[in-house]
Amino acid sequence: MGETAEGWLIQVTRIVVLVKDIPDLNDIRIDPSTRSPIVEGAKRRLNDLDKRALEAAIRMKEAGGMEVVTVSLGDERTRICVLEALAMGADAAYVIIDPALKGLDAGATSRVLEATIRKAGAFDVIVSGELSLDGMGSQVGPRVAELLGIPQVTYAKELKYEAGKYRAVRDLEDVDEVVEAEPPFLVTVVREINEPRIPSLMNIMKAKRKPTTEWNAEAIGLKADELRASIRVEVYDVKAPEVKRKRVMIKAEKVEDAVAKLVSALDAEGVLEG
Amino acid sequence: MNVKTLIYSENTELSLQLLGKAIQLSGAGVSAVAVTHDQADTLVGSGAAKVYLVKDRSLDALRAGILDVVARESPDLVMVGSTKRGRELAPRVAAALNAGYSGDCFDAQQGEGGFAVKRLAYGGSSIASTIIRGKPAVISVSPRSFQKPEAQGKQGEIIELNTSTPAPRVKVLETRPKKTSDAGLESAKIIVSAGRGFKKREDLKLLEELASELGAKMGCSRPVSADLGWMDQWVGISGKKVAPRLYVACGISGTIQHAAGIRDSQIIVGVNSDEAAGIHELSDYSIVGDIYAVLPALTRALRERAK
Repeated sequence: MGETAEGWLIQVTRIVVLVKDIPDLNDIRIDPSTRSPIVEGAKRRLNDLDKRALEAAIRMKEAGGMEVVTVSLGDERTRICVLEALAMGADAAYVIIDPALKGLDAGATSRVLEATIRKAGAFDVIVSGELSLDGMGSQVGPRVAELLGIPQVTYAKELKYEAGKYRAVRDLEDVDEVVEAEPPFLVTVVREINEPRIPSLMNIMKAKRKPTTEWNAEAIGLKADELRASIRVEVYDVKAPEVKRKRVMIKAEKVEDAVAKLVSALDAEGVLEG
Repeated sequence: MNVKTLIYSENTELSLQLLGKAIQLSGAGVSAVAVTHDQADTLVGSGAAKVYLVKDRSLDALRAGILDVVARESPDLVMVGSTKRGRELAPRVAAALNAGYSGDCFDAQQGEGGFAVKRLAYGGSSIASTIIRGKPAVISVSPRSFQKPEAQGKQGEIIELNTSTPAPRVKVLETRPKKTSDAGLESAKIIVSAGRGFKKREDLKLLEELASELGAKMGCSRPVSADLGWMDQWVGISGKKVAPRLYVACGISGTIQHAAGIRDSQIIVGVNSDEAAGIHELSDYSIVGDIYAVLPALTRALRERAK
């Protein structure tokens, strides 16, 4: 419990972290005949930047005593991935699992997350990764902020709660921008923000006993068929780009000869000078 | 059918690239949002029919300004330059319009029932061909994807917008210019990079000697940094994307993750003792050989050449 300036007792403030499970990119191979990535069977992991978002939230909780909850849209596999977030230090998880919501685009996904956040209750800050490495759309954070009508602080490489204020350093192209935001707001984080903690065995055990709320579309007041009808963006083909390289394999009995051939080739390319 | 496009980037060079593409898609009917009089003049002089001027560069002001112009012009396609500021603005505009959005596109065509765009997915290892339906479609466009238009000297119209925007809800306390050292690997002309072919940390001195002879910066593959902790920055999907003139991969197997990070290099050299290693496919020149023999010989040969 906390106390406002006017002396009212208030509910503990809450930080919501948007976390997504994605295929482990180290498990994806390119099918040489179709040049398409083989995603089926790849291990599922929490998106790295979402883990960093969670780490930033947990550190704010350690400084300010808030509650940290995660919100995800996913499937059976998400339930398992979210255990890692709970083991890291999230207090509770909300997971939307509904077979009718499979294959939504980022716009419809954002509406699901918005409805979940509204249903889950009042919050101070929403934190998410700036990008998820699978779709690389970089849009769910700003979309959710827009739908909730709250300001956004994007590309945070530092995020702190100190003396009742939230401050962030934004990593822009030309400058670093130091900002202060009044809750409620949404913040997206970049890789430089922190190194996510590795949960202890004891915390992994405890995670299974932390509250996880599972809702379907109906429970958050949405109609699955209407969401499906709102899909605007469809990926119809995914292929690895063709590699256009010379692929000259230099072979020689002696290493000195191979190296000499390489140096003269690089000389001819003009890439050694200057 | 003629499509109507609206373009915006705070970066004038990038806004001209968007204009080039927009003219290709829409002919003369391109609208634009600009943030300075100079930029507005440049866009009008290069073929934009109507340029709306928003003089406040805050996210809220630009969001409101673009929504205002969308209501006036009802474009089929809204193109925003993929700077960091553009990439946070465009999805917000899309959400306000209940529109589809694709980010960091490098190609856009009018397709059946929508706009067909190309963009990277899976950490940059793949290209996702995507269709955006509904009006408008909103996209952000990576720099250097499209050509600027020929200078036309044609006179369009400049309209100053006075869209009301709420008071800013995020207070900017300070802006600090970036240190140039932050650039590091991304701006290096030559990079030599270490993979798991190095058996011990001390052996990296072979790489250091080669780097010093070439005037190169040093990088590594993900396991050398993330698993072994021998170096700070790795090259690849989750690490740094590099575009040097010369990239020398030493003892690196060449996973798709690494490939995506080095794709924009001008010349790639691979050294790996395994003839089947993927790095040979990714290289312009490769030597099948042991880095412990090849690197010292290469350093010596370069030293000889310098004499």
